[in-house]
Amino acid sequence: MSSCPDDRQYTKSHEWIRIEGDVATIGITDHAQKELGEVVFVDLPDAGELFDADQEFGTIESVKAVSELFLPVAGEILEINKNLNDEPGAINEDPYGEGWLVKIRVASGGEVEGLMSASQYEAFVQEEAKA
Amino acid sequence: MRYIPNSEAEQAELRKAVGAESIHDLFATVPREVYRDAVPGLPPPLSEIEVRREFGRMAARNATLSDWASFLGGGLYSHHSPAFVSQLLLRGEFLTAYTPYQPEVSQGTLTAIYEFQSHIALLTEMDVANASMYEGASAFVEAVLMAERLTKKKSKVVVSEGVHPEYRACLRTYLANFPFQIVEVPLGEDGRTDSAALANAVDDATFAVGVQSPNFMGVVEDWSAAAACAHAKGALAVGAINEMFSLSALKGPGAAGMDIACGEAASFGVPPSFGGPLVGFLACRDAYKRQIPGRLAGRAFDSEGRPGFCLTLSTREQHIRREKATSNICTNQGLFALAATMTLAALGKQGLKETARQCFAKAEYVKGLIAQIPGPFSVAFSGPTFNEFAVKCGVPVDRVLAELESERILGGVPVRRLAPEETKWHDLLLVAVTERNTREEMDRFASVLRRLS
Amino acid sequence: MSDHGTLTPEKSPVAAQLDKRRREGTVFDQKSSGRRGVFLPALDVPEADPAKAFGAQFRPEVEGEVELSEVDVVRHFTRLSQMNFAIDTALYSLGSCTMKHNPRINEETARYPGFSDVHPYTAPHLVQGCLELLYRLEECLKVLTGFERVTLQPSAGANGELTGALMIRAAHQKAGDARKWVLVPDSAHGTNPATAHFAGYQVKELTSSSRGTLDLGELESKLTGDVAALMITVPNTLGVFEENILTITEMVHAKGAYVYLDGANFNAFVGKVRPADLGADVMHMNLHKTFSTPHGGGGPGAGPVGVVSRLVPFLPTPTVERQGDMYYLDENRPSSIGRMRTFFGNYGVLVRALTYILSYGSQIHQVAENAVLNANYIRKKLEPFYHLKYDAPSYHEVVFSDKAQTAKGVHNIDIAKRLMDYGFHPPTMSFPLIVPGALMIEPTESEPIEEMDAFIDAMIAIAKEADETPDLVRGAPHTTVIGRLDEAAAAREASKAGSFAPGLRAPAGVKSV
Repeated sequence: MSSCPDDRQYTKSHEWIRIEGDVATIGITDHAQKELGEVVFVDLPDAGELFDADQEFGTIESVKAVSELFLPVAGEILEINKNLNDEPGAINEDPYGEGWLVKIRVASGGEVEGLMSASQYEAFVQEEAKA
Repeated sequence: MRYIPNSEAEQAELRKAVGAESIHDLFATVPREVYRDAVPGLPPPLSEIEVRREFGRMAARNATLSDWASFLGGGLYSHHSPAFVSQLLLRGEFLTAYTPYQPEVSQGTLTAIYEFQSHIALLTEMDVANASMYEGASAFVEAVLMAERLTKKKSKVVVSEGVHPEYRACLRTYLANFPFQIVEVPLGEDGRTDSAALANAVDDATFAVGVQSPNFMGVVEDWSAAAACAHAKGALAVGAINEMFSLSALKGPGAAGMDIACGEAASFGVPPSFGGPLVGFLACRDAYKRQIPGRLAGRAFDSEGRPGFCLTLSTREQHIRREKATSNICTNQGLFALAATMTLAALGKQGLKETARQCFAKAEYVKGLIAQIPGPFSVAFSGPTFNEFAVKCGVPVDRVLAELESERILGGVPVRRLAPEETKWHDLLLVAVTERNTREEMDRFASVLRRLS
Repeated sequence: MSDHGTLTPEKSPVAAQLDKRRREGTVFDQKSSGRRGVFLPALDVPEADPAKAFGAQFRPEVEGEVELSEVDVVRHFTRLSQMNFAIDTALYSLGSCTMKHNPRINEETARYPGFSDVHPYTAPHLVQGCLELLYRLEECLKVLTGFERVTLQPSAGANGELTGALMIRAAHQKAGDARKWVLVPDSAHGTNPATAHFAGYQVKELTSSSRGTLDLGELESKLTGDVAALMITVPNTLGVFEENILTITEMVHAKGAYVYLDGANFNAFVGKVRPADLGADVMHMNLHKTFSTPHGGGGPGAGPVGVVSRLVPFLPTPTVERQGDMYYLDENRPSSIGRMRTFFGNYGVLVRALTYILSYGSQIHQVAENAVLNANYIRKKLEPFYHLKYDAPSYHEVVFSDKAQTAKGVHNIDIAKRLMDYGFHPPTMSFPLIVPGALMIEPTESEPIEEMDAFIDAMIAIAKEADETPDLVRGAPHTTVIGRLDEAAAAREASKAGSFAPGLRAPAGVKSV
């Protein structure tokens, strides 16, 4: 497994989140994109929409599977990665970079709980594979 | 047995190979209290000779459209089906194949589906059509449900009474357990949906406005007005069609501003077959394609760049999205969508145009004959029609039909049969004409009416 | 193994020509003009002007439609047919779909003009034969299922499921006890949860036991007072008969819920067990499976639904009834859920099914017996070569997996594609979801022993290839008109704005033919 960048945190539902001030960027992990296969379509919300933590905010599709996307923290959608409309494959090729999904403004007082560090997430994935 | 090739001896050989002393061993996990050697109650097997005799007897008891002069329509029209169509449908490669899940060995079916989609898109002037639906009524329901998904958080569907009564009945059945309100809008004097009543009924809670054209009374509706009315309140406009030849003489719902088109495409070479199997269709604007129900074929290429077709956008469907799917539909109407596709290819631009021209001219001819009859018969609505119209009868409709029957004429559809609750329509007889009707039949039809007046 | 490379243009002019001809394309690729394939009699009434009648709504012609002769059309569709695999050519192992022989007498009877050229709105006294046939088919299905009544109206299996679920909902509502949940095993076909949703229910999934069957403890814990129904498939999608079915149906009934039996696999026990005896309250039957009406490249199906007496009031309208020698349609059923479609069902399919049922008559149990025997034969022969996740006894189908092959990087899809090179249609792979890498094989009763042996030999050869020359398997198929399509690229393309038909336009940005 390729190593996960240390500059961000991870969820059990295989999203990553990078928080800078009150703005967070969210995507899916390399492990998640491999499990899903070639991404063909991403359904993302409009800027301005509000979501609670752990709420489904979109879906990501391969030819024969659909994965729901969950927001690790509550917040307002600031920007979505419009490039994915034409190049959904960016999620496969560069999940931690060009393949980012949304930027949100973290809700004030939004608790950031239960997130894993890169090494914790890697251990989690290995544990999951054994189960 | 008939379609079990292995002989008794070969079956015994197979039982030996799997280690079963008797066939019952293979059913050992069925609870003994319900297991039987053979469920009793069916008659002894019939040979082909006996099948022909028995089914021939039942078939002989029915009035066919070739033996009788027919003016029956009401959502299903008797058009010419080219001879080659029923013959090619019998090719085992079409008949005995299944859903083209494996494109490498299903290019025949997939190409035909893509052609079907293309014909429907051209006719309706929409961007995308699916691989077909069961039939018109369920296609209409699916179109309405699709509109609901596309317009978030709305609760009302407004439907014209000009939509086929059985389509509206199905809408009530399928929507029974959703928190949606169905509002029906009456037809005006001219037989078109009452525009003031429509505007009144459509509000901010409305997600779909359903209008059929030509409508159930045969009258051509103003789709542009219906679409404008829907869009003004953020609703989607659903156009239903059950006489597809009308689209060779009338603007398609797409060009008229409708958002989703749906209905019945059986006019294209599908035998009436006592009402099924038929060919439903559903088409929409490009922006809505991810909410389309059912199968969809798209273009693809193999690693050497050779073109082909495959089923695509499958994540909408039940086998992947399960309870979140756009519909629970699994099959399409495969073989009969193929019949329609082959018929359309043979008709082509000229055949479509010529058939539409003849249907229209013949219907106008019958309307003219009826207008000349003094007394109890008249064309019920003043609005323009394509190949079907309602006749207002001053004598009981049943008597009119009985009199026509004595001349071996199937005189039309009594509206009362389809809409018993609509007493205002009980004196109406729906009369449909196609290219199969001759002038002699039409003159005979009119002379029976004259006799009754 | 023949190499499709010999057909690429570089090789020879003949091959180039052949390759071109194999690319049949669509009718819209044929650029002829002025041709037509249908000729009508001369118009025998005065010409009328639709432009005048329709004004701004008039459309002079359908722009973009084709212009072809009958010769063009017949050749095109005959060539298309030649690109299809079909039961008529060889064993079609697609599990759960029940690809059995389609008897041709059924096609003949369905085409009798007395059935096929009849309008559904013809007055009932003029179509007594059509109604008699419906009545008799219902009687036969009642005998085979043990149910009180059977509606023939649903258009296909999934439509039958919805009919059944709506009846359950109506029954509970009438009893003043509208319920919320439908229980569905995780091995179920995708239509089950989708149907429950469209009937207004929420779905609770039941985790299967280690044997792949329903777990009684799991059922007990999820079977609460607001569960409306359990949807269960017998034999289930693994081809395994629920041994505890009688206990299961008793548990469900004790909670006031209904048992919906998905009859997709009725072919495994038709004539041997009556589903009503198992405690089922509602069941749909896929006539295109059990009763061998042709699959037709994806349809049409027909999905009659049988019900026990307490659900009879809720059947869709109309029903077919008999009074003396006369048959009639009963529209006046106040508790009915209403209509499921126009007219009376997929009538032509129903004619075929009755023909099939009467051809077997009292011997129809042999269908189930031989279907189960054949599946077990294939299982026995392939068990040494393919992994069987659940080893409970198989009925009409057997579900292997690719577990023994994945170490070499060969997956179920590769095995499936390689089977095409050997001349067989691949097994089902998309479900059951509880078997990763599934290979669901259903030979049906209509396969002769030597055809099964040929299939078995092919599967064994592929297992060997997967071990020794895995790339050969991964690159399959090698002998079909096209190779593996890039379905991901197709879906990406289809997702983009403006990418679709009308067919004369290729999607933007892709290679032209």
